[in-house]
Amino acid sequence: MSIPLEHNYIGLTETSPMERSSDMLSSSTSSTLSTEDEKSSALNLMETELRLGLPGSESPERKPGPGVSLFGKDLEDRNNGYSLSPLKNPVSGAKRGFSDAIDGSSGKWVFSLGNGSEVDLFSPGGGNGGKPLGGLEGKHNTQNSCPSATPNMKEAASVPQSLKPVQEKKPQVPAAKAQVVGWPPIRSFRKNTMTSNLAKNSDAEGKTGFGCLYVKVSMDGAPYLRKVDLKIYNNYKEISSALEKMFSCFTIGQCSSHGLRGRDGLNESRLKDLLHGSEYVLTYEDKDGDWMLVGDVPWEMFTDSCRRLRIMKGSEAIGLGLSYYNIHSE
Amino acid sequence: MQKMAGSSFPEEVLEHVFSFIQDGKDRNVISLVCKSWYEIERWSRRRVFVGNCYAISPRMVIRRFPEVRSVELKGKPHFADFSLVPDGWGGYVGPWIAAMAAAYPWLEEIRLKRMVVTDEGLELISKSFKNFKVLVLSSCEGFSTVGLAAIAANCRNLRELDLRESEVEDLSGHWLSHFPDNYTSLVSLNISCLTSEVSFSALERLVGRCPNLRTLRLNRAVPLDRLANLLRRAPQLVEFGTGVYASELRPDVFSNLSGAFSGCKELKGLSGFWDAVPVYVPAVYPICSRLTSLNLSYATIQSPDLIKLVSQCQNLQRLWVLDYIEDTGLDALAASCKDLRELRVFPSDPYEAEPNVSLSEQGLVSVSAGCPKLQSVLYFCRQMSNAALRTIARNRPNMTRFRLCIIEPRTPDYVTLQPLDAGFGAIVEHCKDLQRLSLSGLLTDRVFEYIGTFAKKLEMLSVAFAGESDLGLHHVLSGCENLRKLEIRDCPFGDKALLANAAKLETMRSLWMSSCCVSFGACKLLGQKMPRLNVEVIDERGPPDSRPESCHVEKLYIYRTVAGPRFDMPPFVWTMDEDSELRLS
Repeated sequence: MSIPLEHNYIGLTETSPMERSSDMLSSSTSSTLSTEDEKSSALNLMETELRLGLPGSESPERKPGPGVSLFGKDLEDRNNGYSLSPLKNPVSGAKRGFSDAIDGSSGKWVFSLGNGSEVDLFSPGGGNGGKPLGGLEGKHNTQNSCPSATPNMKEAASVPQSLKPVQEKKPQVPAAKAQVVGWPPIRSFRKNTMTSNLAKNSDAEGKTGFGCLYVKVSMDGAPYLRKVDLKIYNNYKEISSALEKMFSCFTIGQCSSHGLRGRDGLNESRLKDLLHGSEYVLTYEDKDGDWMLVGDVPWEMFTDSCRRLRIMKGSEAIGLGLSYYNIHSE
Repeated sequence: MQKMAGSSFPEEVLEHVFSFIQDGKDRNVISLVCKSWYEIERWSRRRVFVGNCYAISPRMVIRRFPEVRSVELKGKPHFADFSLVPDGWGGYVGPWIAAMAAAYPWLEEIRLKRMVVTDEGLELISKSFKNFKVLVLSSCEGFSTVGLAAIAANCRNLRELDLRESEVEDLSGHWLSHFPDNYTSLVSLNISCLTSEVSFSALERLVGRCPNLRTLRLNRAVPLDRLANLLRRAPQLVEFGTGVYASELRPDVFSNLSGAFSGCKELKGLSGFWDAVPVYVPAVYPICSRLTSLNLSYATIQSPDLIKLVSQCQNLQRLWVLDYIEDTGLDALAASCKDLRELRVFPSDPYEAEPNVSLSEQGLVSVSAGCPKLQSVLYFCRQMSNAALRTIARNRPNMTRFRLCIIEPRTPDYVTLQPLDAGFGAIVEHCKDLQRLSLSGLLTDRVFEYIGTFAKKLEMLSVAFAGESDLGLHHVLSGCENLRKLEIRDCPFGDKALLANAAKLETMRSLWMSSCCVSFGACKLLGQKMPRLNVEVIDERGPPDSRPESCHVEKLYIYRTVAGPRFDMPPFVWTMDEDSELRLS
């Protein structure tokens, strides 16, 4: 089977497995991998955090001992200006829609949808200004603007801790919370059932146990609902980022046609939002059936009383007493 | 001109012969013998199974098989069970129901798994098929009790209504009352996933007037003191699921219940037991020796009570239980239940860092040693060793399904701190008929080498947080000849292995990869080169071509299809096709 690789393949592994794998592949297929590309990219890559070393492997460059050196761990060891809160959605950084508007962990805020430009991916609301990844000058733009590292890091950053004593668990993550989506692999029906089981048990002692709390999220104009588990977020920032990410595609769908591509296209859709004044506001229905603005009460109180969420057009939210403000301060 | 031997038989004879062959795969083979056999077979096929609803269109199925009575469809990928497939991805059964309503007026059975069903769809089913008998909705969603009311009201010949683990918008329990008073044909009812109360009197009357009722699975809202009445009205029950199994101990309630259980001489399977309290568990002791199936996976009773219970179930073949059973309970199981075929141990508290129960690899080793017929295992635990896995493999070469979930990702052998490659390697080496395998723990590329080398009968493989390089994926794709479904999350597998094994993907039902290292460029290439695959990129960050081609996609779902790209995708799903143009729905 011949699959000529037409794109500029950037390998993600260090030399040894690449050589092994290319030997393996070239013997069984006639794929045309450019070995020059491999070697040069391998050399560039060795110094970067794009290493996937694991204990017990043969590569001499790998760190010895237990512990998994994935993105997260290498980042802990290196300080190359690549700082990113693992739980933050990098795309929102440039947009600064939500992250700048929020004041501390509570307080009124709005967020606007529509993906921001990719330029400042590695400046999470704080403006590090996209610094190039160390040792990858040659591939600066490609690697820099690739946000895909982040989702992996989200899990990777929390995972290496699993092999260390419990005290070293990442400080952002309370020990009892499940941070990885869909792991362990337990069906929602079971999760929901067990949550109420443990709530009834008197010896639950405040443990969250299964502690999953799925609420429906609707957005004005979106064709269907989504569901989120409130328990996996720690504060308003996190849930907001997640919701932005989840629903941004709807705004793109509405505002962009096939002609709008790339960064300019995305900026244009943001602009359209502005022009139509369609800021979005996040609201929730509480235990009593009242619709409230998200962000007014302490986080725990919110998760206790929130029954469902609705992303409302700002113009409709006026009745809720919000003095919302235009956050496009650039 | 010589006629072929096959055509010297009258069609009726061939059709009669074919009627003894039910299995779809066998019938597919028959249809390849010659044109006339193809024709006879397609007109006489009564049952169709479509493992991926997007692999073929309803029109194509109907065109080939015009006289179908039973349809089974599956929609979303398996990882949708664990919230990895965003809502709105697809799996809509609507188009199928609409097409079948027109083409199959005599349709009797619809079985759906992981599909989106609406109330309108259910109503259409209830009105379109006069002889409709069986509706099974497994892990489905999108409908409410309004749709159920339509089914109850209109399906005069309904035998089976099974809602197992579906997500139903439960507006009220009133729907059950829509079964007409002269409706008596119910054989199987599973409403265990519903949350609201159904009218007990309606339920009792329904149960009382259906003499063929064999399976009754209640929902949690049915209180314990109602069970005896129901059981006494249906002493012919074979399978019974309780509601909440908790109440204050009252001797009259207890003896009533125990007597009711004893009266069910055919009862072989029990389930339910939500919030079970130890004091009422002995009510089932009189029937334990008859039980072949026991689902205690929602029962919060502890090891001593579990031991007393399972020790009396000498004929048990299937046990689902929480890890409260602990190693000691599994020892008792191994000693008492020599006919055990399937064991599932679920975690009671998986999100805590520290174990809350004394359940380790030992329990599973015990059962593997003591139960010679054990062939299907799902086991959640917190520690495992290569030695234990080797022992299990040697004890049970007849294992066909082995799913191990070590709760913390990338956990090594707790004794040696080595990866668990050798242990899983032993499993695939010794268990030559292994069909399904789920991996966990710390694993390098080596385990995939073992799998590719030995797991020749493997059909489904689930991988998470494992492997080191593309070589791992390559071993599996190039070595596992019978692989049909592969699902991978959070592994460093990328373009190379995927592209080098592109042809393999056409021999499989589907491949799922999420949080891996597959670039958008590779996805496009695959979509371009393989027209018989749908290469779906699922990415909630926005259009993938707004990022460089080398960027990894969030999620990738590849499946073979003769129906071409689908058009019901949400904005965050793109199909890569020949034009490499992004397709929005």
